[in-house]
Amino acid sequence: MTAVVDVRDVTRTFGPVTALDHVSFAVEPGELVGLLGPNGAGKTTLLSLVSGLRRPDSGTVRLFGGDPRDSASRVSLGTTPQETGLPETLRVGEVVDLVSRHFPDPMPAAELLERFGLTAQTRRQTGALSGGQKRRLAVALALVGRPQLVLLDEPTTGLDVEARHELWTALRTFHTEGATVVVTSHYLEEIEALAERVVVVGQGRILADDLLSRVLATVARRKVLVGLPDRAAAQALTAALPSVSEPAREGDRFAFLAADADELVRQLVRLDVAFSDLEVRGASLEEAFISLTKESR
Amino acid sequence: MTTTAPTSTRTQIAEGTLRRAVRLSLVHFRFQFVELTRTPIAVIGNLAFPAIALLFFVVPQQVVSQDPVLATAATAQLSAFAIASTCMFSFGVGVAEDRAKPFAPFQRTLPVGAVPPLAGRVLNGIVWSYIALVPLALVGGFLTQATLTPGRIVPGLLAVIGIATPFTLLGLAIGYAMSAKAAIAVVQLTLFPLAFAGGMFMPPEIFPRWLDAISTLTPTRGARELFVSATTGAPLESVFVVVLVAWTAIFAALTTIAYRRDEGRNYR
Repeated sequence: MTAVVDVRDVTRTFGPVTALDHVSFAVEPGELVGLLGPNGAGKTTLLSLVSGLRRPDSGTVRLFGGDPRDSASRVSLGTTPQETGLPETLRVGEVVDLVSRHFPDPMPAAELLERFGLTAQTRRQTGALSGGQKRRLAVALALVGRPQLVLLDEPTTGLDVEARHELWTALRTFHTEGATVVVTSHYLEEIEALAERVVVVGQGRILADDLLSRVLATVARRKVLVGLPDRAAAQALTAALPSVSEPAREGDRFAFLAADADELVRQLVRLDVAFSDLEVRGASLEEAFISLTKESR
Repeated sequence: MTTTAPTSTRTQIAEGTLRRAVRLSLVHFRFQFVELTRTPIAVIGNLAFPAIALLFFVVPQQVVSQDPVLATAATAQLSAFAIASTCMFSFGVGVAEDRAKPFAPFQRTLPVGAVPPLAGRVLNGIVWSYIALVPLALVGGFLTQATLTPGRIVPGLLAVIGIATPFTLLGLAIGYAMSAKAAIAVVQLTLFPLAFAGGMFMPPEIFPRWLDAISTLTPTRGARELFVSATTGAPLESVFVVVLVAWTAIFAALTTIAYRRDEGRNYR
C-alpha cells in the first residue's frame, strides 16, 4: 500500500538556517503519529512541505503518492490554520462554507459545528470568538473535507486544560473512524495523550522514531543536582556510569541528566564522595532533547 | 493495529477541470467580496482621489468643463485612472496584507490551484471598478458638460473589464512578490508615473513626440484610449488594443509566477 506521506532525504534551508537536514519520514494509512520537538526544531517546516506550502531544497516529498504542490494531491488532506488565524470579518458558517466548497464530499456544516460545539456561534464573526472557540473552529476546518490525512500543527496551543481534553477526544474519535493523523506538539503530555508512534525532531533532524512507550523511556530523564568537591569527582561519577550525561556547572552544584537517577545516587555513595545538597527532579523536555541531540552526534 | 485505511465508498462526482475552476473562482470571488464589504473603508478610501482630482483640476477650467467633448474625455481619462488605482491599491497591496495573515497559508493547503483565487481577485477588481466610477460619473455629469449617450453605456461597461483585468493582475504580481510595506511603495512608484505617461492626468495630445512614443507603449495609455473611445465614440487605434492585450498577458504570467513562488512569510 502507498504510504500516505513519504518524505525522502529532504533538506530545506531558510537563509543561513537549516530547518531540515536530510530528513526521511513516512506515514502509513491509519497511523496516529506525534511529531515532538522544541520550538524551532523543524516540525512546522516538515508539515509545510507535506501540505505543499513549501518546496524542499533537495529530496522528495510525496503525499498519497503525488506531489503535494499539485492541488489534486491535496483532495484528501486536512490542515488547520496556524495560531488562530481566521478571517475576522467572516462568520463561522461562512468560513466553513468557503472551505467545504473545495472538497468533493464535504461534511455538512451543521454536523461539523455540532461536533465541535460551535452550533450557537454559526452566525458570529470569527473575530468575536473566544480563543478556545477559534481553536476548535480551526481544527474543525481540517475535517470539513472528510480527509484521509489530517496534519495538526500545535492544535491546542493556548487552550485551557478542559478545552484541550475535549479537542483530544474529538481527534481520537476521528482517528478511530479511519483517518491518519499527524500532530505536532512541544508538550509531551499532548503527544502522550494522542500518539501511538512518536517522531522526535530536533535541530532539523529526526532524533528518534518509535512507539510512544519506547520514546518516552528515552526522553524521560531525571536531572540530578549535587554539590561535589571538584570537577574530578564529577567526572569520576560519569566515568563509572556511561548513560549519564557530562556534568554541567549549575550554580554551586553539578547537574547530570540520567535515565536512572537511583543508580547515580547509589554510585555517589559507593564512590564515597563528600557530596551535599542533593536534588533529583524530572528533566524538562528541552533538557532531554539536548541530551538526545548530543547522543545522536 | 488500529482501524484499516478508509476505502471511500462514497460516489465522487467527477467534476470537469474547467467547470471546477470556474465554480471555485466564483466561490473565491464571493468570499473576497464579502470580506471587503465588511471593511469597506479599505476600498472606499481609494475611490475618492480621482473624483477629487476631477473636482479641483477639471471643473474650474471653464474651457474644458464647459466643452462636452473635452469634458467627457477629461472625465474618461480620470475614470481610467480610477480603475487602475482601485485595482492596484485594493488588490495589489491588499493581497500582500492578506498574505501576511495565517489564514493565507491554510488556504494554500486546500485542493485548489493558482487560477481560482487569482480569478476571484480579478472579478473583484472589475466589480469594485464599477463602484469607483460612481463618484466620477456624478461629478462629471453634474458639474461639467461631460455626457454619456445611451449608446455608449454598454461599450463603457465592457471597457472597464479590459482595464480592470490588467491592472488587478499587475497589483497581484506586486502583492505576491513582496511584503505589504514594500508593495505600497512599489504600487505608488509604478502607478503615478505610468498614469502620467499614459495621459490619465493630462491629455496626450499636448505631449511632445518623444513622450507620446513612450506613452503609446504603456498599459495606462492603452487603458485611457480604450475608455475615452468607449465613452465618446472616438476611433480607437489598433496599436493601443495590441499593447493593452500584450500587457495583460505579461501581467497574468508575472502574477502566476509570483503566486507559485510565494511560500507565505519569508524567514531570513
